Amino acid sequence: MKISENWLREWVNPPVSATALAEKLNLAGLECEAEPLTPDMPSGVVVGRILKAEPHPQADRLRVCDVDAGTGEILKIVCGAANARAGILVPAALPGSRLPGGKEIGAAVLRGVESAGMLCSASELGLAEKSEGLLEFDSDARPGTPIEKHLALSDNLLNLELTPNRGDCLSIAGLAREVAALYSLPAKAPTIRPAVVSALPSKDVIVEDAVGCPHYVGRVVTKLNPKARTPDWMRERLRRSGIRAIHPVVDITNYVLLELGQPMHGFDCARLAGPVRVRRARTGEKLALLNEQTIELVPADLLITDDNGPLVLAGVMGGAASGVSETTTQIFLEAACFDPVSVATSGRRHKLLSDSRYRFERGVDPALQRRALERATQLVEQICGGEAGPIVEVGRAPQYATTIRLRHSRVERLLGCPVPVREVPVLLGRLGIETQAEDAGAWRARVPTHRYDLRIEADLVEEVGRLYGYERIPARAYAASLVPFSTPETQRPLDVLKDSLVARGYQEVVTYSFVDPKLQAQLNPGAPSVALDNPIAETMAVMRTTLWSGLLPVWLYNRQRQQKRARLFECGAAYFPDGSGTRETQKLAGLVAGSALPEQWGSKPERAADFFDVKADLVALLGSSAADFSFERSEHAALHPGRCARILRDGQPVGWLGALHPRLAQTLDVGDALLLFEVDAEAMCAAQLPKPGPVSEFPSSRRDLALVLKEDVTAQQLVAVTRAAGGPLLKSVHIFDMYHGPGLEEGFKSMALGLIFQDYSRTLNVEEIDAAVGEVTASVSAQLGASVRG
Amino acid sequence: MSNDLEELSSKAAAEIEGATDPRVLEQMRVDLLGKKGRVTELLKQLGGMAPEQRKAFGEQVNRVKETLSAALERKAQQLGDAELARKLASETIDVTLPGRGEDVGALHPVTRTIRRIERIFNSMGFESVQGPEIEDDWHNFQALNIPESHPARAMQDTFYALDGSRLLRTHTSPVQIRTMKQRKPPIRIICPGRVYRVDFDRTHSPMFHQVEGLYVAENVGLADLKHDLMRFLSLFFERDAEVLFRPSYFPFVEPGADVHMRWGDRWLELLGCGVVHPNVLSAVGIDPERYTGYAFGMGVERLAMLRYGVDDLRLFFNNDLRFLEQFR
Repeated sequence: MKISENWLREWVNPPVSATALAEKLNLAGLECEAEPLTPDMPSGVVVGRILKAEPHPQADRLRVCDVDAGTGEILKIVCGAANARAGILVPAALPGSRLPGGKEIGAAVLRGVESAGMLCSASELGLAEKSEGLLEFDSDARPGTPIEKHLALSDNLLNLELTPNRGDCLSIAGLAREVAALYSLPAKAPTIRPAVVSALPSKDVIVEDAVGCPHYVGRVVTKLNPKARTPDWMRERLRRSGIRAIHPVVDITNYVLLELGQPMHGFDCARLAGPVRVRRARTGEKLALLNEQTIELVPADLLITDDNGPLVLAGVMGGAASGVSETTTQIFLEAACFDPVSVATSGRRHKLLSDSRYRFERGVDPALQRRALERATQLVEQICGGEAGPIVEVGRAPQYATTIRLRHSRVERLLGCPVPVREVPVLLGRLGIETQAEDAGAWRARVPTHRYDLRIEADLVEEVGRLYGYERIPARAYAASLVPFSTPETQRPLDVLKDSLVARGYQEVVTYSFVDPKLQAQLNPGAPSVALDNPIAETMAVMRTTLWSGLLPVWLYNRQRQQKRARLFECGAAYFPDGSGTRETQKLAGLVAGSALPEQWGSKPERAADFFDVKADLVALLGSSAADFSFERSEHAALHPGRCARILRDGQPVGWLGALHPRLAQTLDVGDALLLFEVDAEAMCAAQLPKPGPVSEFPSSRRDLALVLKEDVTAQQLVAVTRAAGGPLLKSVHIFDMYHGPGLEEGFKSMALGLIFQDYSRTLNVEEIDAAVGEVTASVSAQLGASVRG
Repeated sequence: MSNDLEELSSKAAAEIEGATDPRVLEQMRVDLLGKKGRVTELLKQLGGMAPEQRKAFGEQVNRVKETLSAALERKAQQLGDAELARKLASETIDVTLPGRGEDVGALHPVTRTIRRIERIFNSMGFESVQGPEIEDDWHNFQALNIPESHPARAMQDTFYALDGSRLLRTHTSPVQIRTMKQRKPPIRIICPGRVYRVDFDRTHSPMFHQVEGLYVAENVGLADLKHDLMRFLSLFFERDAEVLFRPSYFPFVEPGADVHMRWGDRWLELLGCGVVHPNVLSAVGIDPERYTGYAFGMGVERLAMLRYGVDDLRLFFNNDLRFLEQFR
């Protein structure tokens, strides 16, 4: 909400600058910024009366006006505005004046006619974004008055961003109440005298839904002057709050909304049939709104209706058909209190924003309606003339919002500091909250109707704290004891795994959890994913089922920026539909592209990173749990059919490692030989407590064994058979060479094993070792068809 | 001493001194002191000498032998050192050449910032807790005192899924709810993680990270919150943070506050906090008369931007390696 500082100061006038006032409001929890209303003030522009407007002899669209600008002589000013006509009062920029933006006005010759300055539109004066024609002033404006004086432009705007609980401050009256409380000043209000009521037929009002509309007042005003014009002072105040003047009755209701915080509505009586009825909508009803939109109503919508059907979506927006127009002479003014939930729900359902909705959904003082109606009547009579009818009232204004028991002990406990017991009623009293001592250290607090946000004891504690000053609450160091905690050692923190990856050259990335459904369908064809009802973009429409859906675009992005090599990882959730709900699994996933090592001197020609480079990185993460993991050849739609492994922990699948399928690599344009892995983080984190065995004091012996095997015998099989056959003396087996090609039969490969033998109690002799090696060769030959390479 | 012996000694000494080749020197040793060396031969003559003469001559020859032997050894050492020095000189490398092997990666700045926040709160006795990101309305809103139609819902535009029956959490507060349902006070936790809001422009990302904290015990108030957050901000920014607590509104706290920190000549709003609303405690079965608590929440990206001087939020999610590598 933007509002004029000068207006506020008519109500309460603390002796501080606008900036200091804004700061004070900020500290009290009302976010406020003060800015000059007219940072680029025009100078030398005065009110001028057009005495005569005649066609320009040389130009069809120009007119030559005789203007009285209070200078004592009649000025001839050439003007191109369509509304330039005799009798109106307009801004006249005399020679030597300066317009916003720095434009200097001098005497000029326009198509052969000398012009003593320029007549201005609102936008030329910086008073509107855009405007048509000359700005027109009140008919009693005095020629020669500087416009900054006539319009009181020397003002600040208070720009308030209020939290949803402080709807009570969304008006001059509300803000003034708050400022008065903060500075301990009285707030003045304009005198609102009840209108002298004429004996007019009143409009019947029937409220069918007292929950949706607990209080309704209205009255008829007749004999309005349809030619009445909203005065400049009111137009200016509305403009400062961003509201355009439309029609005196609408402007007055908007003015009362700003001044008192009560949204109102003015109906053209001539367009109402029968009594005004507040009820819920009926299925199939429609309403054409002021904003030229027609909405289909649902039974939960609260309406103002007449015998012909819906007139207004209550508290949200009026209808086009029943509003006032330039022919209106008789109106029905309404001030009602609507249920915030009802207004909020309807507003959200129909996606309608309005100043009225904004206030009603935050709550409007339920006791304000009569006062607002009288104020509006007063203004209507003042501006449009007319006679007011009797007030029709349905429902009753409550006296208090509520009554709350407040304990001094609770104040001190929630704030965490001592607050003198005498101060509490004083502080609350400044907010209009009446307190009455109940028993020792407790009060009965009567909350005024405008503070409907105060419902429980804690709310009052906040008010006490706010006025006492948060800055006066000291910081209190811990008095409570710490409860120590630690994670089990068999649960390796994810942070450790991340650090290991970083140490091995991986860069962590963070990608959106919602991904492109098309890409994800290519990576996990046929697998269902959780789709968003309201995605922000088509490419961010489903929740990822694999982190690859985020990693691949990251690589593509970087590849398009000349990166040749990347080792990326991400750690986060993948999301799956699960019955009627969803399931989330934390994943650790990576992508490797480009050479095995960064380009560097002194090493062999660059080799592209392959499956085994990444496998080593993964196994390195597993630490002592590596033995629980195995890699088994498998197939995955996104991976190369020959270079794809399912990762198992204790036989249970926990992840994938492989090369991106070449066809997919081509479609996605992500380059060749991309490697991907993804593992359940939980499986990676479960660890074993180390149980170190004895270390032998006796030397070990190594024997190497070169074997020729069929291509389809796996390293894992070979090592398993070797281990089993090698007996207890065989301490370790490793593959140190691998060969295909000339010298071997087609379909065969050679693998070289290094066998280490050792005992804890003695040095082994040659015969024992030979015997063990013999067992190994016999077993691999019998079980795997391996032969020792000669 | 006989002239011969003296001549032999001085001549040999000069030869040894002049030697430049270890092999020549070794030959000299053999020639002089070897089994058939000239000095050795002289000693052999002792056998045929008269006893007095033998003693005197023997002493002279032995002295010459010792002198030459020492000279040979000294020279051998000298030549050896020189040769080693030459060899080592030939092995000199350019130590300014870069090392070989894999480069190091880096953690994402968001992770790095979350870790820093976690470490500080861990040291203050807060345990890190995680929870689901796809939530239901109850955990994300209702239990947090944000009923349907509450205007505060408009403050956090929500992503929905499964025909509105699920939503992407708009804050990590549902983790607090889940934790409070499971544990009994005292509870002191922080909840870092991803959160989502329908908002996408230069300063808003539809996904970002929060760390929220919660402390519930028998006697917790605003004064404790002030202390802990001031300590945190001072530690995080490594300076004596000038902090301002301003009343604010979040449906799940009462009293509520915004925390601002002096940053140059401005006050920056850094986080929101307050005393846990009694409705929230009641919703999770904790007696609000017996227990009170505080809660706070902060945006990780915002803290990271301030800490590292990053001025564009989008950099965190573009994942441009040239940006990320700077966090090594």
